[in-house]
Amino acid sequence: MMAKMVSLTIDGKPVEVPEGTLVVNAAKKVGVDIPVFCYHPKMEPVGMCRMCLVEIGRPVIDRASGQPLREEDGSLKIQFGPKLETACTTPVSEGMVVLGATEKVKAGREDILEFLLTSHPLDCPICDKGGECPLQNLTMGFGPGESRYLYDDKKHLAKHVPLGELIYLDRERCIQCGRCVRFQELIADDPVIAFSQRGRSLEIVSYSEPGFDSYWSGNTTDICPVGALTTADFRFRARPWELKAAASICNHCPVGCNLTLNVRREAVSGGKWVLKRVMPRQNEAVNEIWICDKGRLGYHFGAQNAERLEKPLVRKNGELQPATWQEALELVTERFQSVGRGLITLASGRLSNEDLFNLGKLTRSLGGKSILYSSMAGGDLTTQIGFAPGTNFADMGKESAILVVGSDLEEEAPLWWLRVRQAAKRGATLIVLNARQTKLDRDAHYSLRFPFGTAAAAVLALVNTLSPKRPELPESIQELARSSELKAAAKAFAEAKDAAILFGGDGMGLAETQALAQACANLLLITDHFGRPNNGLLGVWPRANDQGAWELGWQPSMNLPADLAQAQALYIVAADPVSDDPAYLNAFDGQKFVVVQDLYLSQTARLADVVFPAQAWTEREGSYTSGERRVQRYYPALQPNAALPPRVESPGSRRAQVLTGLRAELDGPQADFAIPAFLAEKLGYEGFVHASASLVFARLAAEAPSFGGLSYQKLAEVHEQWPIVGRSDLYYGGTTYENTQGLGVQLPLAQGGASLLSWPQVADFKLPKLGGIAFPITRLYDRGATLMHSQLLHKRIGEPYIILSKQEASRLKISQGGFVRITFTDAERSVVVQAKVDEGLPERVVLAPRSFGLPISGPTPVELKPAG
Amino acid sequence: MSKEKPPYILLRHRDIPDLDNLEVYRQNGGFKAFEKVVTQMEPAAVTEVVKASGLRGRGGAGFPTGLKWSFIDNKSWPHYVVANADESEPGTFKDREIMEGNPYQFLEGVAICAYAVQANVAYIYLRGEFWNLAASLDQHIAALEAAGLLGENLFGSKYSLRLYTHLGAGAYICGEETALLESLEGKLGQPRLRPPFPPSYGLYGKPTIVNNVETLANVPLIIERGAEWYRSMGTEKSPGVKIFSLSGCVNKPGNYELPLGTTFRELIFEHGGGIPGGRNIKAIMAAGASSSLIVADERALDTPMDYESVPSVGAQLGSASVIVIDDSVSIPWLIDKTTHFFRHESCGKCTPCREGTFWMSHLTERIANGRARREDVELLYDVASQIRGKCLCALGEFSIEAVLSGIERFRSDFDVAVGEVQTAAHVEQVPASD
Ligand SMILES: Cc1cc2nc3c(=O)[nH]c(=O)nc-3n(C[C@H](O)[C@H](O)[C@H](O)COP(=O)(O)O)c2cc1C
Ligand code: SF4
Ligand code: SF4
Ligand code: SF4
Ligand code: FES
Repeated sequence: MMAKMVSLTIDGKPVEVPEGTLVVNAAKKVGVDIPVFCYHPKMEPVGMCRMCLVEIGRPVIDRASGQPLREEDGSLKIQFGPKLETACTTPVSEGMVVLGATEKVKAGREDILEFLLTSHPLDCPICDKGGECPLQNLTMGFGPGESRYLYDDKKHLAKHVPLGELIYLDRERCIQCGRCVRFQELIADDPVIAFSQRGRSLEIVSYSEPGFDSYWSGNTTDICPVGALTTADFRFRARPWELKAAASICNHCPVGCNLTLNVRREAVSGGKWVLKRVMPRQNEAVNEIWICDKGRLGYHFGAQNAERLEKPLVRKNGELQPATWQEALELVTERFQSVGRGLITLASGRLSNEDLFNLGKLTRSLGGKSILYSSMAGGDLTTQIGFAPGTNFADMGKESAILVVGSDLEEEAPLWWLRVRQAAKRGATLIVLNARQTKLDRDAHYSLRFPFGTAAAAVLALVNTLSPKRPELPESIQELARSSELKAAAKAFAEAKDAAILFGGDGMGLAETQALAQACANLLLITDHFGRPNNGLLGVWPRANDQGAWELGWQPSMNLPADLAQAQALYIVAADPVSDDPAYLNAFDGQKFVVVQDLYLSQTARLADVVFPAQAWTEREGSYTSGERRVQRYYPALQPNAALPPRVESPGSRRAQVLTGLRAELDGPQADFAIPAFLAEKLGYEGFVHASASLVFARLAAEAPSFGGLSYQKLAEVHEQWPIVGRSDLYYGGTTYENTQGLGVQLPLAQGGASLLSWPQVADFKLPKLGGIAFPITRLYDRGATLMHSQLLHKRIGEPYIILSKQEASRLKISQGGFVRITFTDAERSVVVQAKVDEGLPERVVLAPRSFGLPISGPTPVELKPAG
Repeated sequence: MSKEKPPYILLRHRDIPDLDNLEVYRQNGGFKAFEKVVTQMEPAAVTEVVKASGLRGRGGAGFPTGLKWSFIDNKSWPHYVVANADESEPGTFKDREIMEGNPYQFLEGVAICAYAVQANVAYIYLRGEFWNLAASLDQHIAALEAAGLLGENLFGSKYSLRLYTHLGAGAYICGEETALLESLEGKLGQPRLRPPFPPSYGLYGKPTIVNNVETLANVPLIIERGAEWYRSMGTEKSPGVKIFSLSGCVNKPGNYELPLGTTFRELIFEHGGGIPGGRNIKAIMAAGASSSLIVADERALDTPMDYESVPSVGAQLGSASVIVIDDSVSIPWLIDKTTHFFRHESCGKCTPCREGTFWMSHLTERIANGRARREDVELLYDVASQIRGKCLCALGEFSIEAVLSGIERFRSDFDVAVGEVQTAAHVEQVPASD
């Protein structure tokens, strides 16, 4: 349904925009900049700052006839109001005449600016926003040359107020526009900051513990129109104009937020280029203009630091010792060749499409087996009935239904949480089906609970109410299956024009997620919600490029410890199974040949025979495939090795020659796609490329069917996005970067087989009478290797813990924060951790966060004892 | 020229002792009107009677009350009624006397309004300092519930009504109806963007009627005695009676219930007993601190106090809190008081008011204390003009009234204050406004 169009003129330019458009946005569309402070195009207007004043005239309507009156020359008779009006709060109307450049308007804006400056310190030279600040820009444009305000009377306020350890407030600079407060309330749904006091004493305060407790806090520093809010990570670290920008993609989760990495070459770092901050880059189909704090503040693992592996290591006399690339590559070539089919390559979705392509191809050539290191299955289905090209959460609204099942979405994929919530606010029917309460429940139309361990059965219960071929349901789900709410939810889902399912791994491991994915696929198939935009199955994967791995044929193993134990050689890339679960230790018996390729000397790498140092995603090119099946490019921001000159030259140039010369004697970390290609070269295989990611991608596009026709050029294409942000204009969208380096391309769906419709096996699940079952959950801030390098976040990450039911806690006589010894009976391992008590948790259920050093890859029997 | 005092309409407790006792109130016809509307009238018909009476809002803006009620959005439910008992305008103390002396008439007005717009819940929002009043109103509400005059299925009908009091936290801005609603919702008291107006989007986003205490106190008698009776008092465009809160340099300050259209002269000199100490009247503020300064010449004194006449002397009637200023008062001193008030009460939501009131108060302070230069008066005038027409709510616009009119109409006082005494003090002619 198209909105009615309205015609008007703005500074003489005719405009036609949909009914309801605000004058300020209509103006922006025809290139007329109306300065704003409080208005932000992602939020409802509030009309607070009064900066966007314009003159507005409207046609005079004859009361009797209802017709507009005309002047003698036939033109519409226009009447202007006595006052200036705020363009950000006024919707357009037919025949409206907007004047934004008259003397009256200019004077009005000057007045407002002068008022703002009576309070503002104008300490631009030491302000982090200096250079990208609309107040600074406006002062240049409209500001009074001289202050009529007596300096003695100027407001002096605290300049370093921590709103928490992550975000600082400069009270003098705050212009009370309320953007930060509104963002936290309306978009982040974490209303943990607010205005306190009134009048000139208004100040932003945080009343949460810890301060500014939100995964979204960094976004407020982007949209703050002055330098009042800064991150502890970046404040006073550099001036915006000294920074170079490289387009990138976040690799913390499957959303694939578009980023800009800001780097600077600095004397304090010995003249090296240093990663200074991570900023969001606009992609309205992915992250809009936002990123979560993990993406913004958790980049340090990809920066250069003393713990990074610099040189290959080779085990000699039982010790890992530095070696040359030549030596290491030769050793590995020789051993891999001798084991042939006995090779297992284990790699994770932290790697790029190019890396996984070359690794997979090498393993195949040797006759070995590739295994995706993942705690979730179901990607074989998302490649077939996943999100089809053209799918965009932003287009989901009244006619859509969204089912989120088995996922604590804000913890697992923050931006999807944000966008699903907004779809629900636009009217999409949101069904949240989980074993426990999550933040998304607040926005759900149907909030349904299944007993722990029965996610797939719960989805089958939905299917059961809709399908004539009713799948059988286990006992434990019957109560939910009979509930009228579930029936209503199923009906709403089936009847929606479009419907999507997001399934995660909350409380589940591989087997459970496999069953869940299959149940979800069935629900989509019987309701005909697949194969077209805004329909289909989305896996809330643990890693950024898991979807890419599935698209390239990688799959996890249902019995990884056994597979690893049987292998004769292991090639482990971007994975650290030993720290995740000591059960894997058995595989490292000293008999088999183990190669690890990573950024750091991980627990697993310590057991290897050869360790290859890999480049971080900040140091190289590549592409990821997001959960929504969007292939997106990232670009190098740093040089991998200070010894190397900057990259990317045309062939034959002097630098290219230098590079070719260098290849003979490789030095420093290498790209993950290049190392298998070096091995392939030594093994004499054809068809491997290591010179650049774009060349690998060209091969990949030729060989992997769903990538057919793609190229790095295509991935780099952009088109104009709304709202317009990231320019040095006065219509201030924030410091989000404009996207000039590529919006990415969504993959077409692979051809599905009939096997899709087989019902998953769902055995009944009952909690034990004694002991307990630990279910893995995902926390955004975990103790994984990719986050622990970000010191700033340590306080938020916290120490290892588990969550217990009230009954369990009282049985153990421990209270909130007490210590408990948890024994993982299968793994024969026990650890002492802190206990948190969750009143809502059923008896016998223990929640154990992943990547906190607890050996938990799926529901696991445990025993609990009080400790100390 | 003293007249026979007609019986009180709003301040009836002055005629009838113990009117704050429910029995006494009922013996005097109390709650007959409410029973009548609930049992005999369609809700819309109630609104029609109020419309026909010509009653206008007594909270300041003078908006026709019946018309406001008719704007209630019947597509969105539930509806709410909120009585504005914030009474924070300096010089205004009328609502308090009604609620103390004649509380049931006010509560009956709230109830009739609630029935007219079919609200089942009504709130009485009182300024924080009225905690004792809130406590006594709670007792009166309890008495009404005990008597079956509030609660479920009233008078055997399907209509139910509950009343609740709510105390503010001491901000003037919470008298502004949308800030009041925010505060009532438990949020920071800052005005909302309007439109939408409360009758379509009010408390918790639902259609809401906000009326002043005095406005509502008129309603029971209008229902009982009819619109014609009400129109027999006051003027054609401002029918009825009004409580004028008289204060300042006057012998007998207090509340005076008089027909709208009574002249300033009658109020100040007849009822208020004139100016003390044989001094001369110099200026009048008709609407408390939000008022411009009326030059108290003969023409002004003979101006009728109604919504349409006061503008002819360059002011508004507002809440009719008449502050009298005599020739012992220096105008710069006076506006220093008003600018400090507004600086203190600005909610800070919008730039011109937040920053402008602060800046103005700095300047008036210097001027009033003889530390200013002549340019500071010009600057003050400029700053006030810069605020004009740019604020989000009326508070900011009110804050400049006394400043601009003070400088325009009492320039000589400022000249004295900045040390440029002119021999012949001159008072500028008040510009006639239309
Ligand atoms: C700054 C400001 C303060 C106000 N204070 C009060 C008040 O204390 N009491 C009141 O009844 N109305 C006050 N008003 C007016 C209300 O906004 C509103 O117009 C009134 O309550 C409507 O009721 P009425 O139509 O019965 O007058 C104030 C308005 C402004 C702008
Ligand atoms: S801190 Fe920034 S965003 Fe928040 S109110 Fe102040 S100026 Fe606005
Ligand atoms: S939502 Fe995911 S992709 Fe986006 S910034 Fe956060 S962790 Fe990175
Ligand atoms: S005019 Fe003053 S009181 Fe009204 S919204 Fe603006 S700052 Fe607040
Ligand atoms: S009032 Fe329009 S941008 Fe602030």
